[in-house]
Amino acid sequence: MSQIHVKTIINGDASEFLCAADETLLDVLRDRLDLTGSKEGCASGDCGACSVTMDGRLVCACLVLGAEADGAEITTIEGMATGENLHPLQQAFLDHAALQCGICTPGFLVAAKSLLERNPDPTEEETRYWLAGNLCRCTGYDKIVRAVLDAAKIMRETA
Amino acid sequence: MQFQSPLSVEDAVAFLADDQNARILSGGTDLLVRLRLGHIAPSKIVDIKKIKGMRSITREDGGFRIGAAVSGAEMNENHDLYLAWPGVVEAAGLIGSTQIQGRATIVGNLCNAGPAADSVPALVAASATARIAGPSGVRDVLVQDIPIAPGQTSLKIGELVTSIFLPAQPVNGSDAYLRFIPRTEMDIAVVGCGVSLKLDSAGTVVQARVALGAVAPTVLLVENAAEILIGTQLDDDALNALAEASSSVANPIDDKRGTIAFRKDVSGVLTCRAAKIAYSRAKGTVK
Amino acid sequence: MPKDEFTPRTFSVVGTRPLRPDGIDKVTGRARYGADISAPGMLTGMVLRSPHAHARICSIDTSVAAAMPGVKAVITRADFPVHPKNNGTADVLDNCMADKKALYDGHAVAAVAASSRRAALDALATIKVVYEVLPHVLDVDEAMKLDAPILHKGRKQEGVPADVSDNVLTRTEYGHGDPEIGFQMADLVIERQFKTAATHQGYIEPHSCLATLGSDGQGDLWVCTQGHYMARNTCAEILGLDSGCLRVTPSEIGGGFGGKTTVFLEPTALLLSQKSGRPVKMTMTREEVFRASGPTASTSIDIKIGMTKDGTITAAKGDYRYQNGAYEAMNGTLGAMTGFAPYNLDHVKTVGWDVVTNRPKAAAYRAPGAPMAAFAVESVIDELAHKLGLDPIDVRLKNAAREGTKSAYGPTYPAIGLEATLKAAKSHPHWSAPLGENQGRGVACGFWFNFGGDTCVSLMVNPDGTVSLSEGNPDIGGSRAAMSMMAAEELGIPMERIRTIIADTAALGQNEVTDGSRVTFAVGLATIKAARHAIQIMVERAAMTWGIEPEAVEWVDGAAQPAGPNAGKHPPMSLAEIAAIASNTGGPISGHFEVNAEGAGVSFGTHIADTEVDPETGAVKIIRYTVFQDAGKAVHPSFVEGQLQGGAVQGIGWALNEEYIYGKDGTLQNAGFLDYRIPVASDLPMIDTAILEIPNPGHPYGVRGVGETGIVPPLAAVANSVSRAAGVRMTSLPMSPPKVLAALKKM
Repeated sequence: MSQIHVKTIINGDASEFLCAADETLLDVLRDRLDLTGSKEGCASGDCGACSVTMDGRLVCACLVLGAEADGAEITTIEGMATGENLHPLQQAFLDHAALQCGICTPGFLVAAKSLLERNPDPTEEETRYWLAGNLCRCTGYDKIVRAVLDAAKIMRETA
Repeated sequence: MQFQSPLSVEDAVAFLADDQNARILSGGTDLLVRLRLGHIAPSKIVDIKKIKGMRSITREDGGFRIGAAVSGAEMNENHDLYLAWPGVVEAAGLIGSTQIQGRATIVGNLCNAGPAADSVPALVAASATARIAGPSGVRDVLVQDIPIAPGQTSLKIGELVTSIFLPAQPVNGSDAYLRFIPRTEMDIAVVGCGVSLKLDSAGTVVQARVALGAVAPTVLLVENAAEILIGTQLDDDALNALAEASSSVANPIDDKRGTIAFRKDVSGVLTCRAAKIAYSRAKGTVK
Repeated sequence: MPKDEFTPRTFSVVGTRPLRPDGIDKVTGRARYGADISAPGMLTGMVLRSPHAHARICSIDTSVAAAMPGVKAVITRADFPVHPKNNGTADVLDNCMADKKALYDGHAVAAVAASSRRAALDALATIKVVYEVLPHVLDVDEAMKLDAPILHKGRKQEGVPADVSDNVLTRTEYGHGDPEIGFQMADLVIERQFKTAATHQGYIEPHSCLATLGSDGQGDLWVCTQGHYMARNTCAEILGLDSGCLRVTPSEIGGGFGGKTTVFLEPTALLLSQKSGRPVKMTMTREEVFRASGPTASTSIDIKIGMTKDGTITAAKGDYRYQNGAYEAMNGTLGAMTGFAPYNLDHVKTVGWDVVTNRPKAAAYRAPGAPMAAFAVESVIDELAHKLGLDPIDVRLKNAAREGTKSAYGPTYPAIGLEATLKAAKSHPHWSAPLGENQGRGVACGFWFNFGGDTCVSLMVNPDGTVSLSEGNPDIGGSRAAMSMMAAEELGIPMERIRTIIADTAALGQNEVTDGSRVTFAVGLATIKAARHAIQIMVERAAMTWGIEPEAVEWVDGAAQPAGPNAGKHPPMSLAEIAAIASNTGGPISGHFEVNAEGAGVSFGTHIADTEVDPETGAVKIIRYTVFQDAGKAVHPSFVEGQLQGGAVQGIGWALNEEYIYGKDGTLQNAGFLDYRIPVASDLPMIDTAILEIPNPGHPYGVRGVGETGIVPPLAAVANSVSRAAGVRMTSLPMSPPKVLAALKKM
């Protein structure tokens, strides 16, 4: 199968790559662009470990073809911090010990950031339902939810 | 495998018509899973998202025309659509996680022809129609006539659904959709029920449509629901008869998601619960 | 003696909540997990798996695959050079690559290494395997019958009677007294049978490794694992290599919970690398993880308990039948040992059976064997308490094991924390909070042994006064932080000056796997001792500098100082100052400690669960959940809370919705996260925790392992809660809605 030429913007940087028609955006990020922060937990959209945003929309990178990224703006976990400054969500996860093994953490951070962009003051229930597509097996979600609500508060106060 | 991104419906039809092994890509949340598992090996993927109008929700004759590439998330963000057809919008919003919602479309959900598709019972209860474009032109078909068996639709080679039309919601009319899943999210519906009601100004039912999902190879219309509900204000007798009708019409299988007995029981329970919500909405007591 | 390690003290670092040192890497996506690595010239390895639950492998023809473009190596079992003498290793090899029989749906039968995933998949599709399909058996009770299909001949061990099939590999017995006498003394005797389905640890990261093995037997392996020494030793044994020539580096690990304490892909990847002359990367798909890694046992358990009107247990019997998949394991034995462990019993007898079936080879899942046994025992105790009109916590307090109790599995307990957890539960607001309609409250206890094991730690004092700590246990819960904290506590320097790394297998002696809740206990103990060793050397260097005897120098607040006025007037020498002149005082300074650690304290937990049952659909919702567990000493309380919360939620999933579902043909029907239903964030409330601290005499700070006990009570706590909410005793897990509704309808 011949390769498709894709032009996209990833974390604010112009990015061009070739990919096969059946390669997913996740395959491209991890195997062609060395952006291994997005993880493959299932390749079927059931775990959220590959969460990225595409034109501002939270999606699973394993359910987007690399070819579909042409002309789109993608953000991944690698674009969340600014230089050495962590995003308040990243800091909150550290402060609340909201990670144990950390494999689901990039997906949760991208998903939580998307939530707070749409809803800066979510309730606990809204937070849990928004994040239902992100599986965690280590934490039982308790500290994750606390971290997101705390980061939301900090972000509202410093807005 | 080739990847095509046509800019017009005509081009899309041409790509599909000359290749029996081509697949349409809208949201991709079903297609990519099947591709990765090796269940399908298409020669060509036709991405319809760049076609003009595919991503729009427009008012038409008091109703709504929803393009085939409109995502569940976009439907949930359309306030007017929600006010008119809250059940349809809720149903679309139940398809998968937030991430899935960012991509999945009701047209894809319909054309994937899964027996448990969440959007279909609500669309059928709403008397929604699908506009189909193909080599012989354009036609409109009731949504309930699209799925003919698990994984199979009535579409012919070269055809694609370009939009779904929801008719105008009558005054004193509304709808609701409920599904049963074992967790609170992320599961395929074990039973799904869409109810659409129109009341008169006294609060008596004058029109009713009830559709069930996940309890038969394709979506089921509960044929005598109208007869049971019309003329009532959803008193206990009417609800019991409705539950009974739902349970007996349901024709489910035993599988890893539920048993026959369970699905029949829950069909009745959900139908009553959905009917009550649709009724409250139609009366204006719940928005 | 290990049991006299503990001395009470006030802590300055231990018990606080510093940020974890690997945290920034993990929140930025920089941390490298198993699949996050590549090497020049790397090939992709893939496995061909049996579609049959039980079949003789008559022939495998790989000739077409070997000739395909991009394919650099194809192997079957015939290519493995060694037949391991050790039964355990032989089983591991057979599980990695089938020999004469495929024993479960998903069993590996061949593997290829090719230049791309697509090339590997295409090659696998051409491999022709001729199978003779055999009858299969999946259920433990069915597998024990004399007419059951048999997996292995001649593996039945001494003690297994003749009236059960050859699938029954072991039978063990524990207890003391005579239950028949005890039952005579009871006012009420309840006998019940329980069943639990197989579940999976559900770690989000699939197994992955990158292997390089030369024709000279020198190799490198990068792998996500709970034990890189285990991986090294097992692969070396299987491939006939010297273990010292195989260097294994553990990646960050995306969850294990016991499921990564063995190997599945690694020997295959190494062999493919050797044959192809290239590095080979292998990653399981999610489907492969479910079909072909290590789920838990499924069980069939009979419990009989007698109780007097005032709540005293007079006799207890348990028969624990566990199927472990296709190979030998000891989950049934562990169930028989742990079920009654929280109780002080005069008459108790338990029997554990370990049986094979045509399912994947079971691996540990936090406290292997114990959660199912606790489910059964705690359910009967709850039913007895309910029927006698007694408070379920009071009943447990009345019978609770204490220091000096002879346990149901043999040893006598030293100081333990069970009573503390029960009392804390009883006085907690959760216990007395009102319940609404269709809601019920369940309480349950659980026990786990915890282990010590082989441990090596090296602590290097760097010339600039910082410290590098090398340990050999992959960090699955934040243990690097805990080690830095304990070292900081001993050395008296800030934690930020200490960096703990997980060294590869070439850098330290043998380390037992990260399992058995052993790391904070054993690696912590070794860290403390290594620090004390380094301190001893620094004391000697200070003494040398001052021209006094080492005995006259003490270590206080991160510095050496004269021990008393007679030692002379010398201003203290800080660690940094001693480090700066180390080369001139005898050379670089480091401390180390190697031990097979003993004295791991057992730990107990008590959980309270509130659930609400929808009487029309059988759906169960968790309303409130509180965990009480004895940690001995919580080094980092946030991490201990995390272990308790994680274990509780895994147990909730096991109780409500998780199960392996098989078709009539013996194939797995739900090999994905869609239909293998683990709890999602919206399924749960906050999980409250209370950490009790009854010091373990075997550790200098009193630390007990905490990682595993948390999964032992929840199956029972949730089942007791649902049983009370629904008004009917639930005896089969998971309590999925169809089962709950069916139970409600039967009433």
